Amino acid sequence: MRGAGEPTDENWVDPEIIRPYVVTRGRTQPAHGKFDLISMALAVGPLPGPDAGLDPEHLRILQICREPKSVAEIAAYLDLPAGTIRVLLGDLFDRELVSAQEPRSEVDMHDIKMYRAVLDGLRSL
Amino acid sequence: MAFARSERPRLPTAIKILVAGGFGAGKTTMVGAVSETRPLRTEEVLTDRGIGVDDITSVEAKRTTTVAMDFGRITLGADYVLYLFGTPGQERFWFVWDELAEGALGAVILADTRRLADCFPSVDYFERRGTPFVVAVNCFEGSPTFELDEVRLALQLDPSVPIVMCDARKRDSSREVLVTLVKHSARLRAEPVGS
Repeated sequence: MRGAGEPTDENWVDPEIIRPYVVTRGRTQPAHGKFDLISMALAVGPLPGPDAGLDPEHLRILQICREPKSVAEIAAYLDLPAGTIRVLLGDLFDRELVSAQEPRSEVDMHDIKMYRAVLDGLRSL
Repeated sequence: MAFARSERPRLPTAIKILVAGGFGAGKTTMVGAVSETRPLRTEEVLTDRGIGVDDITSVEAKRTTTVAMDFGRITLGADYVLYLFGTPGQERFWFVWDELAEGALGAVILADTRRLADCFPSVDYFERRGTPFVVAVNCFEGSPTFELDEVRLALQLDPSVPIVMCDARKRDSSREVLVTLVKHSARLRAEPVGS
């Protein structure tokens, strides 16, 4: 007889695939915002205590976002898919624990000042 | 839409550049050479909704596929952060490219002269999308040496598309490729920013 934790042919599931949805309690879309991979997030205010009802993943995001980080970076550091991070960021945004923005409206591809700033930045690397 | 609440710390503006090219052309190498950290990896879990080219009708369970992208970050002062994304190599993941290419400043297509044909799909893709791009010929040791004009001809590049040699392992060389792209994109979309 197999132990309870061992997979069988019938109930085999890949924990790597299940975990992202467990973390979001089955949600695949954030409650607020359309965060893409380079949407930036920054934690606002002090880190909430353990009675705030946040999951460990929420708290880790807040710690990582003491400096501005993108969705892609948060996903990489937490080792979770970007879609999961979008949902969790939506929760944090909802509770006013992060400031976030969508990048598309922020970058004007016709703005010569942006190109100059990027060139200056690259040259000073 | 920017999310503004009562307290609104200033967030830097994020800019992205894509690094495309065939498998083994040096995409992640270039991302790592210019980034301030080692290349990071982000994954998108996709269900069968997006994967139209695979015949999955005979599979009972819903399949998920994870597509991984390597990326790096370059902080440019207080106002801008540049992200470099290596595009997934498999053609069947081009719908991920669409999300990546949306709002991108431009793309670097890395060409490996041993397998020049591998970058045809990237050239086609960015031409069709109208995304500004440059071609960077990654000079591997032992790779055949071509004149840039020959590569331009082989790829049927428009004369306006910049093509440069590079060593994707070297920070300075990779940075110069990015500078070439940013100038090219500015010429197409804004105004010239000097030579």
